[in-house]
Amino acid sequence: MLSRVAENVYWMARYLERAENTARLINATSNLLLDLPRSVVVGWESLLNIMGCAEAFAEHYNVADERNVTRFLIADERNPGSIQSSLNGARDNARGLRDQLQRETWEQINDLYLYGKREAGNSLGRRRRYQFMQEIVLRRQAIIGISSSCMSRNPVYRFIIMGRCLERADMTTRILDSSAIELLGQHAEDHEAYSNLRWVSVLRSLSAYQMYRQSVQVRVSGRAVLRYLLQDRDFPRSVAFCLNDLSSCLRELPNNRKPRRILSQVLREIDEADLHTLADTGPDAFLDHIQVGFNDIHGAIAEIYFSVKEAA
Amino acid sequence: MTLELNGYRAVDLYDELIGSDGQPRPHARVLLERLQSLSDEEFRERVEAVNSAIMAMGITFTVYSEAGNIDRAWPFDVIPRLIPGSEWRRTEAGLKQRLTALNMFIDDLYGDQRIVKDGVFPAEVLAQSRNFRPQCVGAAPRFGVWAHICGSDLVRNNDGVIYVLEDNLRVPSGVSYMLENRGVMKRVFPELFEHLDILPVDEYPSQLYETLASLSPRPGDQPEIVVLTPGVYNSAYFEHTYLAQQMGAELVEGSDLVVGDDDCVYMKTIAGLNRVDVIYRRIDDDFLDPEAFRADSALGVAGLMRAWRKSNVALANAPGAGVADDKVVYAFVPDMIRYYLDQDPLIPNVPTYLCMREEDRRHVLAHLDELVVKPANESGGYGMMVGPMASASEREKFAKLIEADPRNYIAQPTLKLSTVPTVCDDRAAARHVDLRPFILQGEHLHVTTGGLSRVALKEGSLVVNSSQGGGSKDTWVVAEQEKR
Repeated sequence: MLSRVAENVYWMARYLERAENTARLINATSNLLLDLPRSVVVGWESLLNIMGCAEAFAEHYNVADERNVTRFLIADERNPGSIQSSLNGARDNARGLRDQLQRETWEQINDLYLYGKREAGNSLGRRRRYQFMQEIVLRRQAIIGISSSCMSRNPVYRFIIMGRCLERADMTTRILDSSAIELLGQHAEDHEAYSNLRWVSVLRSLSAYQMYRQSVQVRVSGRAVLRYLLQDRDFPRSVAFCLNDLSSCLRELPNNRKPRRILSQVLREIDEADLHTLADTGPDAFLDHIQVGFNDIHGAIAEIYFSVKEAA
Repeated sequence: MTLELNGYRAVDLYDELIGSDGQPRPHARVLLERLQSLSDEEFRERVEAVNSAIMAMGITFTVYSEAGNIDRAWPFDVIPRLIPGSEWRRTEAGLKQRLTALNMFIDDLYGDQRIVKDGVFPAEVLAQSRNFRPQCVGAAPRFGVWAHICGSDLVRNNDGVIYVLEDNLRVPSGVSYMLENRGVMKRVFPELFEHLDILPVDEYPSQLYETLASLSPRPGDQPEIVVLTPGVYNSAYFEHTYLAQQMGAELVEGSDLVVGDDDCVYMKTIAGLNRVDVIYRRIDDDFLDPEAFRADSALGVAGLMRAWRKSNVALANAPGAGVADDKVVYAFVPDMIRYYLDQDPLIPNVPTYLCMREEDRRHVLAHLDELVVKPANESGGYGMMVGPMASASEREKFAKLIEADPRNYIAQPTLKLSTVPTVCDDRAAARHVDLRPFILQGEHLHVTTGGLSRVALKEGSLVVNSSQGGGSKDTWVVAEQEKR
């Protein structure tokens, strides 16, 4: 497999996963909003921090209200992390992979891109927004379906999984971050009730609520949700699950020592995390730390598989 | 649909589907009856289905403009162009004959130059050829074949005769659209394929693979074949990926390849370097190897010519094959066929005036308003003048160009290209077409079934190139016996 192809495949998968999870995150936040009394307002600005694009936003907008923030995260191509930019990135990479991808996969990606182009700008109001997010998630799931049921488990497939897993793990930590979204105007005595709501919304956004209920069987609490989404071995969007998947792909590739070593370290830190303290003091510092670990894994993969080795 | 055969008259033109009596030609009768049996609304639905199939399949070509590179949907017309099987068999034989002679000619030019010594091909034409590559003299590609993939443009004049208009021997493109056009038609008009014996076109990718594999310098092994593309921004990128995919070959860019100290070519993979045997290159000679040709090329691979000359890697088409892809050389192809094969050409050339000959030049300059003038080395319809449509100042400009550089210009009578009914604003109207079949030569010869039919969508226009407002049609070679 060509190094350049490996890199394109990997990024295509990351962009697709990013588009889907951004849609999930926006949906979760919008839903949370509906469950709150009208006196309580969601701090949309914190969404920008979670996605790491507050600075870029400030360059183009003055007010971080619902309308501007959702526009920036959904349709604004000046934001490299917007859904539309992610779809552009996925398609650009896929375009250079037409010889590697199955025709159906390319057609679905192209179709998703065209759908975004057509609808993203019209999907900023609350009602259409929900529909649009659902559609992005479903269409993206169709792409996964095609590759998982029709693709040989060859190196192309492995790099797809690797890109997807790393991006998904990263986005899961970001969605966990959203549990800390500021709620403005709440009364202190309501704190616990709202906190509960938020964790439910986190689970829902990852389509994890039912699975959580089946496997955890205690009332929703910060600690239990953190444990589930960080450490659970069976739920496919948990961080540990993603990293294990990534690890089994790496095992099949040549020269895998370095990325596997870094990956094991990150996995160990997650397994050993003190969830009691995290739930009490807020998980954001720990999650930031884990996100740095993801960057290191990416760096090792890029160094070993994507960079050019000239000597014959 | 509104295909009124009474109103459909192609005056003084040959129509491929409809005879001069206004009735369908025998091989087109079933198709036209079927199309006419559709209501306007049904027909419009099919046209829309075609357009959305093209969008969904992502069949595009790239147009360069100041606003950036735009991926445009491939313009496609739903009414196919039909060719009777018996006529196609004759054409096919003629194309094989032609490419065989062209390859003997190229091999001769880079070898003993017998044809020049025997006075059949003028030394001064060779001396002024821009595509003759001294770097290739003495090289000996397998089977003596240099042009492995050839796209020859055929046109039918109003005399009903099919002529060869030009031979594209450098990096001819369009074959993927031929294959995709068939895919679109099968999706949208499946019933037509039940009622007609339409010969399939999808053998091409395996024939191309076989042709390329036969060139491998390491016979016996499973050869590593790659398609070398200039990259995503090339107008034919879609085709490069398509062919690589269909053949199961790796699609590479220049930066993916490296020539080792052993003068072998390697590609950079996730597991290290991997030897390459055959390169189907879709990059012009000039950009192929900065060591041998243009030093500023970032698209090619340094040392590629070294590896090729040592027969460590096969290049298709071989560098230097373009020497025969020149409109002056074209005029000599019938002579080559007689010289090398001792046969008469099966498909005629369009009569061609060479401006380098004084007598021809005088005739051309006196008849600029009737002739088509073409530069020897351009493709894609660029830099040419269609006399009857040109303004007086344009004709004057070309007269000066010809006198300044006569070797670089040829002229031909303005052909009345044949037409095919084409959907324009919900009606069928006569539009001019050409045909580009693809011929392969390695160990064996293959010809596509039919080829790519290109159509000039503008009324009266003769320019069929997609970069200049042309579209395409599916091309059906039909067995004459109808299914019952």
